[in-house]
Amino acid sequence: MSDTTPLLQMAKITKTYPGVKALKAVDFEVAPGEIHALVGENGAGKSTLMKVLTGSQLSDSGQITWKGQPVSIKNPGDAQTLGISMIHQELSLIPHLTVGQNIFLGREFGDAGFVNWKTVYSQAQALLNRLKVTVDARTEVRFLSIAQQQMVEVAKALSLNADLIAMDEPTSSLTDVETEVLFRVMRSLKEAGVSLIFISHRLEEVFEISDRITTLRDGAFVGTKKTANLTEAEVVNMMVGRELGELYPASNRTRQGVILQTANLQDGKELKGIDLTLHKGEILGVAGLVGAGRTALAETVFGIRRATTGEIRVDGKLTRISSPGKAIKLGIGLVPEDRKLQGVFLNLAVKDNIYISAMNQITLWGFINLRKARELAQRFVDRLGVRTPSLGQRIRNLSGGNQQKVVIARWLTLNPRLLILDEPTRGIDIGAKAEIHNLMSDLAAQGMGVLMISSELPEILNVSDRILVMHEGRVTAEFRRDEATQDKIMMAATGGLNRGEKSNEQ
Amino acid sequence: MNSNGLSPLALLSRFSVVFILLGIGIIFALGSEDFLVSNNLLNIALQTSIIAIVAIGMTFTILTAGIDLSVGSVMALCGALAAGLAVKSGLGTFAGISLALLAGMVIGAVNGLLIVRGGMPPFVATLAMMAVARGLTLVYTDGRPIAGIDEAFIWLGNGKILGIPAPIIIMIAIAVIAAVVLRYTRFGVYVYATGGNEETTRLAGISPQLIKLSVYIISGFTAALGGILLTARLWSAQPNAATGWELDAIAAPVLGGTSLFGGVGGIGGTVAGAFIIGILSNGLNLMGISSYYQQVIKGVVFILAVVLDLFTKRKK
Repeated sequence: MSDTTPLLQMAKITKTYPGVKALKAVDFEVAPGEIHALVGENGAGKSTLMKVLTGSQLSDSGQITWKGQPVSIKNPGDAQTLGISMIHQELSLIPHLTVGQNIFLGREFGDAGFVNWKTVYSQAQALLNRLKVTVDARTEVRFLSIAQQQMVEVAKALSLNADLIAMDEPTSSLTDVETEVLFRVMRSLKEAGVSLIFISHRLEEVFEISDRITTLRDGAFVGTKKTANLTEAEVVNMMVGRELGELYPASNRTRQGVILQTANLQDGKELKGIDLTLHKGEILGVAGLVGAGRTALAETVFGIRRATTGEIRVDGKLTRISSPGKAIKLGIGLVPEDRKLQGVFLNLAVKDNIYISAMNQITLWGFINLRKARELAQRFVDRLGVRTPSLGQRIRNLSGGNQQKVVIARWLTLNPRLLILDEPTRGIDIGAKAEIHNLMSDLAAQGMGVLMISSELPEILNVSDRILVMHEGRVTAEFRRDEATQDKIMMAATGGLNRGEKSNEQ
Repeated sequence: MNSNGLSPLALLSRFSVVFILLGIGIIFALGSEDFLVSNNLLNIALQTSIIAIVAIGMTFTILTAGIDLSVGSVMALCGALAAGLAVKSGLGTFAGISLALLAGMVIGAVNGLLIVRGGMPPFVATLAMMAVARGLTLVYTDGRPIAGIDEAFIWLGNGKILGIPAPIIIMIAIAVIAAVVLRYTRFGVYVYATGGNEETTRLAGISPQLIKLSVYIISGFTAALGGILLTARLWSAQPNAATGWELDAIAAPVLGGTSLFGGVGGIGGTVAGAFIIGILSNGLNLMGISSYYQQVIKGVVFILAVVLDLFTKRKK
């Protein structure tokens, strides 16, 4: 790969944001017709590097060379003209326009302001056919699946004659089958000479599809190597910068009395009657597909949704949980699914985010005792190992993993007896993931009841003591950790197993 | 680098309002020899103090991503009520002013309830209240000024302590209280939380509804206080007093860095913002620019402030 001219060379790219050095003299190079994976923990600088490449951010210093020529990319238009396209994690198609309209938005064919729709649609269809995608160019985008929308984005990139397409986490919301389709398209693009940058947290996928891997860590370049010469463990070590301990902690807990029990719990919509029992000192994993009602279960127990039928017992006592405030009083905490929208106060400092629920402990007649407040925040920052430059740092400047630790810390200030975590490690890098798993394990060992909802089967299988599988608002199976397998869980999650076949749980 | 991890550039943008203030001051000092006279500076402070008080209440609503368009009308209504109750109803100055302040809080509570219970967007609820309160003012005053307020009432607007006009002292007191509430109380943190992320606030077991209701009551109170001081300064309550002042009251916090999207900002900026507006009017007057053009200039300055807000938001 060294004798051909690289398609793209980025040399010594440096970018500083207020208070954060996002990129420290990063080198990055893509060869023609290669699939190049870009990996690193959250905050490692992948997104910033891509923003510099596609012109949505300017670098402070550094040089970009494109097809052997030094270029300057000042805005997204420059990148487009050169033939560089980016497909963002959040797709940017307009839902009420058709596929064809989206692909040629702003570049419609026609004369004197009149669009020649026939040409637009035939060209769009030709692009889709080239990708072997069975989507009608006249369909409105809102009727397409996420995977299909992604294909439309790829078609759009091709219509711009892109030589390089960067894809940011393209598989994060795709099913396995859809991912395979995407990979097929990526391979055929590569054969046609198009280069691809593939950003993903899923190392299995990185190894399946990429030719070379570049690793970033803390804004610095760690290395570029051929995928064939690497192992997953080596990549993880490059990403984290240290030998990783056990990703999943061993369970040495003893479960105690029942903390939560529900019987025939329904919310009138998604929950069709849930029976579950959670003990103190136990991690109960809840698996299932999207839409199985797992989040509805969490929200009903936490009082965000009203239970219409059935009962909830906390510590043996029958209770009605009508609001989050009520749930909190009962000693229940919820680490919600969407960290940015529901979990953190992005406008507030780390310390505010930690003690905002624990005002009773740090205020007198409404006035905050600043010393006590700092001590409280510091104690939890230390206990959970939150990596932040200071307690006063805005939480938006922290990585996802550290933000999640802060959300958990906020609950721990209240000493809950039952903690519900909805997708606790989604979008979190591998190092912080292990720390959060260990934390859950410690909390359970201290006697807390932990209800963990997760879509990641390895997490469900390795962190839980017991596993419930939900399907269409019902519990379809229940396993002990040692008897569960991916296949059994998937079977139950798709409705292939009913609860009659569950193990003898005692 | 300070404890917040801000670079010099970020610090510059954070305190940009202070630089703007100094810049405008220098321009006027060069443009008019009457500007940099201690009498004139005190005059500016006096003229600014009332709008600053109202803008401080407005800061609370804007911090929760709301707005209160009714403040100008509420100023007129409560100013008239204070004078009317004190003079026409013969309740005396103390009772008149107290009841007028209470009325301001009640109107704020109605605004708040329309928003949190009725689910109305803040600008719609308070726009309606703007019309209602102005109408009530005209009904109550029968369209005529109410004069005859006593010495004590007049002193509030015109008296001095150690050479400093009373409205300025009241403004400083309100600003200090508001700043302390926002920085050092539980309520203050909840105001920022509600404006930053209402959903997270709810999930943290806090009622964002209660916080929102409270900020409109605060805004009603400061508007009433502003109206009372205006009446005191003018020796009488005018039915058309404070028309259009809502623009200044909103512009001051926005100029001072409080984001219209909520969750970011503070009282120091609001006071500085109010002074920018005050200096601008005063300086333009001294330079002999017609009040018609002044309106245009004020509007443009406000647009620039909002553009800056949008720009900083987009950068994040």
